[in-house]
Amino acid sequence: MSDITTNSQPRSVRRSRPVSSYLLRRPKLRLLSLLALPMTWIIGVYIFSLFLLLITAFWNVDPFTSLVSPGFNLENFSLVLTNPSYIATSVRTLLIALTVTLVCIMFAVPLGIFMAKIARPWLRNALAVAITLPLWAGYLVKIIAMRLVFTEEGFFNWAMSPIGVRGPGFSVPIVILTLTYLWFPYMALPVYTAIRQIPPNLFDASSDMGAKGFTTVWRVVIPLIVPAMIAGSVFTFSLSLGDYLAARFTGGATQMIGSIIAANINLNPPVAAAYSMVPITFVVIYLAVARRTGSLERM
Amino acid sequence: MRIKKHALVGAISAAALLVASCGGDGSADVEIKVPEIPMHEAMGDFEGELNIVNWSGFVEPAWTDKFTADTGCKVNPRVAGTSDEMVTLMRTGQYDIVSASGDAALRLIVGGDVQPLNIELIPNFSDDIAEGMKGNVYDTVNGKPYGVPIGRGANLLQYNDTVTGGAPESWDVVWELDSPYKGKITAYDAPIYIADAAVYLMYHKPELNIKNPYALDKDQLAAAIDLLKQQNQIIGEYWSDPVAQITSFVGGNTVVGTSWEILRKFAAQDNLKTTLPKEGSTGWFDSWLVSSSTPNINCAYAWMDYTSRAEVNGAIAVNFGMAPANTAFCKSSEEAQAHCDTFFAEDEEFFKQVWPWTTPIETCVDGRKDVMCTSFQDWTNAWATVKG
Repeated sequence: MSDITTNSQPRSVRRSRPVSSYLLRRPKLRLLSLLALPMTWIIGVYIFSLFLLLITAFWNVDPFTSLVSPGFNLENFSLVLTNPSYIATSVRTLLIALTVTLVCIMFAVPLGIFMAKIARPWLRNALAVAITLPLWAGYLVKIIAMRLVFTEEGFFNWAMSPIGVRGPGFSVPIVILTLTYLWFPYMALPVYTAIRQIPPNLFDASSDMGAKGFTTVWRVVIPLIVPAMIAGSVFTFSLSLGDYLAARFTGGATQMIGSIIAANINLNPPVAAAYSMVPITFVVIYLAVARRTGSLERM
Repeated sequence: MRIKKHALVGAISAAALLVASCGGDGSADVEIKVPEIPMHEAMGDFEGELNIVNWSGFVEPAWTDKFTADTGCKVNPRVAGTSDEMVTLMRTGQYDIVSASGDAALRLIVGGDVQPLNIELIPNFSDDIAEGMKGNVYDTVNGKPYGVPIGRGANLLQYNDTVTGGAPESWDVVWELDSPYKGKITAYDAPIYIADAAVYLMYHKPELNIKNPYALDKDQLAAAIDLLKQQNQIIGEYWSDPVAQITSFVGGNTVVGTSWEILRKFAAQDNLKTTLPKEGSTGWFDSWLVSSSTPNINCAYAWMDYTSRAEVNGAIAVNFGMAPANTAFCKSSEEAQAHCDTFFAEDEEFFKQVWPWTTPIETCVDGRKDVMCTSFQDWTNAWATVKG
């Protein structure tokens, strides 16, 4: 580092760039000017507003007028942790988010292998477009589309009626399906990229040593793409955890964490704030586990 | 049974308050503690703007343009989706006037967010205002009017006639575990829906002694919550978004459930019908309420007076799909009469079976003094335990 700076100093002086040479002698100022903008954004806008929201979790609500007033009590937290309906919703949301992540992985891996190793270039490009194309459609549009497909007299039941199959109606499975549909690209793309980057000679080596296709996938491909799967799962998991519109429009009476926060945001903001700690806790735990696997460093 | 206060407000100086009780359960002299806020004494110069929080369809260029031309008050509407959102918006202090339903109104009054009204300054608030919309406890507190009626509608039982083969006589199809439409039931998604359970219990469990679905003591609230938890086992969907409710009925996912007449009209299917079951129901009665901190008070009064005109009030009612408060509109044309008939605008007998949404507060609005009633905060917390 110091070598480089001493070497480049004469050149910058010669060209006489006052700002550069001023900054060159002041590494701290240099760092500050580099980080000023992103830090203002992260701390000033992002962290601060999050902090403002979370602090209301300790505030009081006047039982008479429902007005919120600053104060300190832990009642909102005890409500969140003792209300059986809230606990059930937390557990249900966690399971939905984990299932969505698993389903995304199960779809993404075979698709990724096919696209990277088997498909011809034109098909590979066509599939890449097909995966990313839904990202261009509005989020709400996609949810409403799923609602229309799975209504009682909707497309699914109509298409399946010749073979006597009927959809489950709006319930948890449809919510999982909708969320999978919404977040699949975030899993499929990193997994596909990771598989493409596996050197072809690893497949040859595996084959030379007598491994069949499935063994190669299981012993060679999967271990190499774990970091990509975890990177994708950070998206599928945390986005599913925070979603509530999918549950509202395709879940029937299904509640998710977001449904309860949305219901309370006008009625009882402190409870909404306290309850929003739950998904934050889940995500922090998830990230901590992901970090221990070492895959976040390679993202 | 039903205790009602009719405040007959004349165009002359003093407002005469008449307490009429249509039933035999004692007088409902409900004294509610509200912050002391002075009312507007005399009209002054128009301020030039008016910021309105309103239901979708209440504020449209078709009638605001003329208002702005007449008064110079520029109208800035802000549409809110639920009563709770309206309360939150009004408490920001950025709005002058709100089209509040009764479940928002009393909360705003008790919280000191809105001011009492000087009816003398609203000449169009006349005898033509439907009797059932005057002096109700949700917007008339301690004899002081806080709201100018806009219109009303009932929460009806909508049913898919092809499936049910006729109108259900009772709400039991949405409440009881042996309902033939299990899994195809919809209910309104808000704490105020607890009142619908209370209305059902009033009829079927007289031993609970519920006299007003908005005045529930702890035990009565617990009974209503038990009924809602029972309903949760057979429910298909809760709705707060009208579009979701309509697609649910049209798509066949829902066969019976709470609805509004206007939603049935929008669904535009002959086999979808509405009925008022024998237990009666709840309903929404909307009024204009003026913020206690408004800087645009004269524009607000002018707006309330303007929208109380028969033709403007009728236009709002037709656009939104509800019974207009000003029944003089009904006589104005054949279409107007047809609209009034569809929405029971002049049918006080119909609306006697409908309990207007009222914010539950600790003071029992049925007149009981020996117990504390459950407040809206209690309802909110209880509602949170209903859905699994």
